[in-house]
Amino acid sequence: MNVIAPDPGKTDITMSQAGRAPSAPIRIAAATTWGGRITTAVQDLAETLRLWPLIWTLSVLDIRLRYRGSLLGPFWLTLSTAIMVGAIGFLYSHLFHQNVAAYLPFLSISLVLWGFVSAITAEGCVCFSQSENMIRAMRMPLSLHATRVVLRNIFVLGHNLVVIIVVFAIFRIVPSMASFTVIPACALWLIDALAISLLLGIFGARYRDIPPIIGSVMQIAFYLTPIMWSPTMLAHRGLSAVLVEWNPFFDLVEIMRGPLLGHPLEPQAWLFSIGYTGLLVLLSGFVFIRARPRIAYWV
Amino acid sequence: MANILIDQLSISFPLYHGESRSLKKTVFAAASGRLGEDRSHRLVVQALRDISFTLNRGDRLGLIGSNGAGKTTLLRAMAGIYEPTAGTVTLNGAVTALLDPGQGMNLELTGRENIRLRGLYSGLADTQIKQLQSDVADFAGLGHFLELPVKTYSSGMIVRLGFALATAIKPQILLMDEWILAGDASFLDKARHRLETMVRGAEVLVLSSHSADIIMQWCNRVIWMDNGEVRADGPPLDILEAYLPPEQFAAAKAAAARMAA
Repeated sequence: MNVIAPDPGKTDITMSQAGRAPSAPIRIAAATTWGGRITTAVQDLAETLRLWPLIWTLSVLDIRLRYRGSLLGPFWLTLSTAIMVGAIGFLYSHLFHQNVAAYLPFLSISLVLWGFVSAITAEGCVCFSQSENMIRAMRMPLSLHATRVVLRNIFVLGHNLVVIIVVFAIFRIVPSMASFTVIPACALWLIDALAISLLLGIFGARYRDIPPIIGSVMQIAFYLTPIMWSPTMLAHRGLSAVLVEWNPFFDLVEIMRGPLLGHPLEPQAWLFSIGYTGLLVLLSGFVFIRARPRIAYWV
Repeated sequence: MANILIDQLSISFPLYHGESRSLKKTVFAAASGRLGEDRSHRLVVQALRDISFTLNRGDRLGLIGSNGAGKTTLLRAMAGIYEPTAGTVTLNGAVTALLDPGQGMNLELTGRENIRLRGLYSGLADTQIKQLQSDVADFAGLGHFLELPVKTYSSGMIVRLGFALATAIKPQILLMDEWILAGDASFLDKARHRLETMVRGAEVLVLSSHSADIIMQWCNRVIWMDNGEVRADGPPLDILEAYLPPEQFAAAKAAAARMAA
């Protein structure tokens, strides 16, 4: 290999060209007051926003990497969801004595949404500990790592949406005008996803027992929440009220699923969803503001 | 103007993962006397204690000290990775830190993809990223390996890629740990040439190294770290003479003179 000495005149890419203001000094002080901590936490989020092209590329590469060398690539995501929905749909529609035409659309939305929820919680737990070598190599906003998990799973969700669309097309279901409420529901989900991966990521970095605990909790939540079954199926047994009324997952899933299937939405579903989101954002914000300076020491 | 101000910087690491605190406490306390408790009675290791100094344009600082003296922690604090437990670090100018050869690279991704990520991290536009890729490819001399995952590289190749990457985007402040010495001799020459071009542009260099002759060649100021504190600060020859045993100092001096000739 030829030794090519760099030509200093030609190869200059300076940081100032790179859109950073080199004149602005960075002052990193020990955060001792709440005011200081809040300021640095907000700066962290702003920096993450500025770096969105990086987050985008990281997320795309994450998915590409998972399927590098496979024949179908990321379409395995679509295919495996389709197989799952098809198999479980036919099996459970018999077990529950349900009409396939009604059950399959319900199941496709439920499974795809739950796939997103369980991926966010599982990957959120390790969002900092898995990016350890990045965190310890350069100064980077920490909320970037949580954002990366969310964006990556939105891409996965995008692949899985195909399954829902195909199922809806097969059974000739056209969502009514009333289903436009999924748009604010998506916004709420986005906020929740960010807040939960930030929160779980911090706890997961500090306490290494968190990921398996969250894994088991989510496994139980999957069976307790009306994902595979709808509350109407078990209404006659009086079971569903307990599992539905105080289940945050149910309200959040319902504001997405109900309008798309044309089911009437309980009025409190939105109220509870917004309430849960508010609590989650407050908790996650509090923990992030408090723990952010320590994350680099924990990973 | 690029400079670094370090003011009463202290850093302590929490020790969380120990099971038997009291046992650990006794052992460590006997060993180093650097163990303490913070306000909420957590066991901490004081990695850096009350460090203050200023680096100005053109300063090439060498950090010396035994293993565990706090050199790498100080570099990480200067890079803004570890936030101080007390005190402040003020950085005027764009910083690049070469702390470990992997440098946050994803080993599963190809060299080219890693370069692209670094470009995006620095906020470069697409055309600049292309330029960055060709510049790094030229300098690191990796040829077709650039299209292969980084995990297939030899450690020397990773060093070359990391160094080329970190210095292709001209930083105003460059922080380097000693791993750069892992390169082969011809690469070291190239690296030195490139660093000298950078330092001639009156930037700030901080280099942590165990190799006295490298420090003599590259640095014009040396800080001797000991037990998380600054033990001495001054011109390289004076500090190294105090730090090294006489015969090693003479050997390093001769080696440096040979390299410079």
